[in-house]
Amino acid sequence: MDLASAKMIGAGLACIALVGAGVGIGNIFAALVSSIARNPASQNQITTPALLGFALAEATGLFGLIIAFMILFVF
Amino acid sequence: MAAEHGASPLHQFVIERLVPIHIGGLDLSFSNSALFMAISVAVITAFLTLSMSGAKLVPTRWQSTAELSYEFIANMIRDNVGSAGKKYFPFVFSLFMFVLFGNLIGMVPYSFTYTSHIAVTFALAAFIFIGVTLIALARHGWHFFTFFAPKGMPLVLQLLLVPIEVISYLIRPMTLSIRLFANMMAGHTMLVIFAGFVVAMGIFGVLPLALNIFFILLELLVAVLQAYVFTILTCIYLNDAIHLH
Repeated sequence: MDLASAKMIGAGLACIALVGAGVGIGNIFAALVSSIARNPASQNQITTPALLGFALAEATGLFGLIIAFMILFVF
Repeated sequence: MAAEHGASPLHQFVIERLVPIHIGGLDLSFSNSALFMAISVAVITAFLTLSMSGAKLVPTRWQSTAELSYEFIANMIRDNVGSAGKKYFPFVFSLFMFVLFGNLIGMVPYSFTYTSHIAVTFALAAFIFIGVTLIALARHGWHFFTFFAPKGMPLVLQLLLVPIEVISYLIRPMTLSIRLFANMMAGHTMLVIFAGFVVAMGIFGVLPLALNIFFILLELLVAVLQAYVFTILTCIYLNDAIHLH
C-alpha cells in the first residue's frame, strides 16, 4: 500500500470519532426536548446547561476531525 | 481533492510576518495574527467607549448592547462563583470579549482567526490555569491540596482517586485550549472544503453552496458558544479555587 492511500484510509478511520459526538449531542437534545415537554416553564433555566453540554460533546468529536485534517493536509 | 482547486484548506491559517522584528535570537515579528488581535482590541474598545459615551438612563440601542454584554458576564460570575468572584470581573469580561471578537472577526471573509491557533488559545488557558492555582494557594495555603482528596473516602479508594484528580486538574489548560482551537480550525477548514466542492461540481454546485450557507450560520453559533464555554469554564475553575469543594 502506498502512502497516499494509507493517508486516505487513516483520515477515514479518524472520522469514526464523530460517531461518539453524534450520539452524545443526540442524547443531550433528546433529554432537553423531553424535559421541556414535561415542564415547559423550565425552558429558560435548562437551555443554558444543555448548550454547554452540546459544546463539550461536540469538542470531543472535533478532536478526531482535527486528526483527520492533520493526516490529510499537514503530514 | 480540494487542494487541486487553488490553495489548500489550511492556507487560511498561515502566519505571515508583516513587520519583521528580530531581537537577539527571538522572532518578535508583527504578524497578521498580531494585527487581527490589535484590530479586535480596537473594535472592542471603540464599541464599549462609543456606545457608553453620553450614557442615558433610558439606553439607546448601542448602549443597551454594551450593557447586555456587561450584565451577561456579571450574571455568569454571580451564578457560578458568587460574590467572592466580583473582583475578577474585569479579567473575565476582557477574556470573553477578546475570544468572542476574535471568533466573530474571523468569520469575516479574508480575515484571520487568531483563536484558531493553539499557540494563542494555549497561552490564554495557561495564564488562566496558573492564575487560578495561585489564587487557590494564596487563599487556602497548604489546605488547597485537600482539593485532590475528597472527604470521607476510604484509604484504598483514595490511592486510586487522588492521581486521577491530580491528572484531571493538570490537564485543564490542555482541554480548555484544544476545545476552542479545534472548534475554530475545524469549522473554518470545513467551510473552505465545501466552497471547493461548489467550484468542482459545476452546475450542481448549488447544493454545497446551500449547505455552506447553513454552515456559516452554524459557525456563527459556534463562535459565540465557544467564547461562552471558554468563559464559563474559567468561572468554574475560579469557583473551585475560591471555594475548593
